[in-house]
Amino acid sequence: MSGIKIVESRLDAADAVYSCVIPAGEPWLHEVRQGQYFRIVDLKGNQAVDTLFYNAHDYADRYSAQDTIREQRNIYLTTGTKLMSSGGTVLLTIVADTCGRHDTLGGACANESNMVRYAIEKRHMHACRSSFLKGIIDWDHGMSKRDITSNINFFMNVPVTPDGRLTFEDGISNPGKYVEMRAEIDVLVAISNCPQLNNPCNAYDPTSVQALIWDGPES
Amino acid sequence: MEQASILWEETVQPGASWSHVLKRGTALRITDIHGGANVGALFYNFECPVERYNMPDTLKAQHIARLTEGFVLYSDMGRVLCSVVADTVGWHDPIGGCSNAALLTAQYGENRYQESRNECHRNGRDSFLVELGKWGLGPRDLGPNMNFFSCVTVSEEGHMEFREGNSAPGSYIELRAEMNVLTVLNTCPHPLDRNPRYDPKPVLLSIRRAAPAGSDDPCRLSRPENGRGFTLTERYFL
Repeated sequence: MSGIKIVESRLDAADAVYSCVIPAGEPWLHEVRQGQYFRIVDLKGNQAVDTLFYNAHDYADRYSAQDTIREQRNIYLTTGTKLMSSGGTVLLTIVADTCGRHDTLGGACANESNMVRYAIEKRHMHACRSSFLKGIIDWDHGMSKRDITSNINFFMNVPVTPDGRLTFEDGISNPGKYVEMRAEIDVLVAISNCPQLNNPCNAYDPTSVQALIWDGPES
Repeated sequence: MEQASILWEETVQPGASWSHVLKRGTALRITDIHGGANVGALFYNFECPVERYNMPDTLKAQHIARLTEGFVLYSDMGRVLCSVVADTVGWHDPIGGCSNAALLTAQYGENRYQESRNECHRNGRDSFLVELGKWGLGPRDLGPNMNFFSCVTVSEEGHMEFREGNSAPGSYIELRAEMNVLTVLNTCPHPLDRNPRYDPKPVLLSIRRAAPAGSDDPCRLSRPENGRGFTLTERYFL
């Protein structure tokens, strides 16, 4: 695969001000302040980390997949990508990435989309958008399904072909690969660590990931 | 489209907005009168607008990054909002998004109503928000939109390219409503259109009655996923 750029971070995990392991199938919501650095580590490899970002002071101003890919005129997210809000704000910038490519067109799994994609009998299986709903209910700041918009799938490889097909390719991530972002404003991060058991993208084995936060020179 | 079955026709002027609850059992044809139009579009279940068009679910259920005849637009609840029952273009863009005020100002400078009257420049995002506002919806309801008549290709490295001349004069696409669908449209230019002039185009809307999707409907049969999508949509009305 051409065009893959690997950029390592100089930050040391020992200096992080926050560290948390997110088990597969769990939501995780946390604020990251302007100037802080936020890293997600794919501990076991090829785990889909479904992620949404919000302006921490105005949740209506939130991550927008279409604005992000249009601004950089490229559908893949990697080092240098500015994660744009629907209101035109730069929420975070990706500053390091040892995986090299992340998806933002594939969306998050849901009970209902699993019924369409796999079988109507799959309704009961745990899915990301249920995790997101549980996460925002527990966060208890008035958010609802209206706030669950198109997300990033960190560590997922979902190429679009020149003839307009969307494909799901084998992952290009591995144990220990990470992506790191600098928060350009105060943001709320919402993660659903994907529980999908119907898709070979994670070898049918959802695994845990790690979230780390560092204070930056300006935070 | 047979003239006799048309309920009404209406032109959406260049850079203008339109919204309507497209009823299950009707179809909307959009005709690119002069060629080169762009129609930004959002869709909601009118009875429960928190159910709305979902770009990723539409793309991944059908393994597509373009819309054309035989494909459908999915809501986030696994139901089919609209089916594409006719298309003479071949490629409609689901990924490019909409323009906004900053983008238009950077490209064309300020152009206000005060000086230009109804020739003033209008952008996709503000047009969506104003039209959504009429239905009690707002910024939290603004998700990824469709762009009819426009084409954005993606290279192997992921680069997005707007294709000039994708839609010829007289081209049309026809959407059959599978639910009661709040349809919000505008004819603002595509955000990746590098036309040196702000030059949106008008489209003609034609609404007619349409028979429901039969068991041999091409949109239902185009993929096994769509068969399940139609089943879930039909169950909603039982």
